[in-house]
Amino acid sequence: MEYMLMIYAEEGGWTKMSKTEQEQGMAAYTAYTEALKKAGVWKGSNRLQPIGAATTVRNGANGKPQVLDGPFADTKEQLGGYYLIDVADLDAALSWASRCPAVGHGTVEVRPVWSIARSATPA
Amino acid sequence: MADSENVERARSAAESAARRSYGKLVAFLAARTRDVAAAEDALSEAFASALSDWPANGCPANPEGWLLTVARRKMIDAMRGRQRHEVAAEELRVMAEGAELAEMDTRLPDQRLGLMFACAHPAIEAGIRSPLILQVVLGLDAKAIASAFLTSPAAMGKRLVRAKEKIREAGIPFAIPERAELPARLDAVLEAIYAAFAEGWSDPSATDIARRDLTEETLFLARLVTELLPNEAEALGLLALMLHAEARRFARRTCAGEYVPLSKQEMRLWDSEMIREAEGLLLRASELGAMGRFQLEGALQSAHVHRRRTGAPNWREVVQLYDALLAVSGSPVVGINRALALAEVEGPCAGLRELDDLAKDARLGEYQPYWAARAELLTKTGAIEAATEAYEIAIGLERDPAVRRFLQQRQSTMKR
Repeated sequence: MEYMLMIYAEEGGWTKMSKTEQEQGMAAYTAYTEALKKAGVWKGSNRLQPIGAATTVRNGANGKPQVLDGPFADTKEQLGGYYLIDVADLDAALSWASRCPAVGHGTVEVRPVWSIARSATPA
Repeated sequence: MADSENVERARSAAESAARRSYGKLVAFLAARTRDVAAAEDALSEAFASALSDWPANGCPANPEGWLLTVARRKMIDAMRGRQRHEVAAEELRVMAEGAELAEMDTRLPDQRLGLMFACAHPAIEAGIRSPLILQVVLGLDAKAIASAFLTSPAAMGKRLVRAKEKIREAGIPFAIPERAELPARLDAVLEAIYAAFAEGWSDPSATDIARRDLTEETLFLARLVTELLPNEAEALGLLALMLHAEARRFARRTCAGEYVPLSKQEMRLWDSEMIREAEGLLLRASELGAMGRFQLEGALQSAHVHRRRTGAPNWREVVQLYDALLAVSGSPVVGINRALALAEVEGPCAGLRELDDLAKDARLGEYQPYWAARAELLTKTGAIEAATEAYEIAIGLERDPAVRRFLQQRQSTMKR
């Protein structure tokens, strides 16, 4: 099954870190990504630019799409990146999530990807 | 035409197959797809077929195998009706493969434990784990479960459906967790079984059939866990604790339904066979060298029984057991019992001081045993007015009429 590990963290935390700390942080993510790849479960991953770069499109007045500056929700912790992995079950996904460096400075949400087989099954 | 005797025989064969193997069949049917609801539906259709087929054609030699084959066919039919995608074909192939396997080997692999671990998975809301196990492992319906847990059948039904969807959609495995994870995960399973048992136990006169059944069913579950994991000390401890409690069921009420505290119970009404089994289990557990909450609670029951039987006060030992239990559980409820035991050793004032400390936990303000304990200790110190008041609150908070009458009686004897 495919799972998305979504990383939520406070963006301010990164800028407050010293150069060495930032380097260590990056190295931890690099090592984690390598481990996922070696285990053959890695399907994709990306780090996102801070919410300063976010633009939101939603349904505005009179049904026209409205473009807004900023993220979907102005919360303290923001989506900062993701990993897409393919593992046997939730336990395997949770075990990978618990190794993610993000757990040290934020939160990882684990969500199964909607598969074609499932989409055919009525709820 | 089947005569009524054949119908009766078929019904009883189906019932005993259900009793023995319901959870086994659900676990086996749902193991690959993780679709518990679909497995339950297919199985209930298979049981319905059995009731119409067996009276006419005779009961099969292997009822479980018969039910499994029919249920599997129903499941495949249901899936065909629902799914048109290529992926569905793949799933069907996997299912059919399993069906052949099942027919070849009549001995079903027992995956009930894996199913229980799925139901008590940390990804499942804690409050629904216990009802979920009762439903999918034992086949109890939402109505019976709702009545035991004092909620509406509709609400219980919805929560059960949601939990089964979570198992399927999130990909929760039917598996015994790895060694490192096992103690915590097993604890959740045991916790869920004990919660169901406690619900059944809160009606000791067993006037409510649903509740009486619950005690028997949960004992069956606890026994099952000890059979499948014979070297887990806490599983043995839980079964011992439950047997100790169950052994005194009939002594806890008079014929008139009045509540009888442990110190006044008639020991000849205790089930000595169950007590013997419980003691044996505790001994076996202690040899495994992994102390835990359920073993400690079992040991406390054992200490109470021993005291009554020998007449020799063992309150110091009881306080020590509560100390250990408090260290593991940190529960204020344990603290209340510890305070009562301490009062037996050091006098009521010492017990009251403990209770005062506990009162910092605001939840206890609405907890009957806290006020009953307070009332009892206050009575012993002669603070009649304060005791009357504490009894009043305890009575107001109690939901069992027999215990309410007991407290009222205590309150009025004290005044005289």
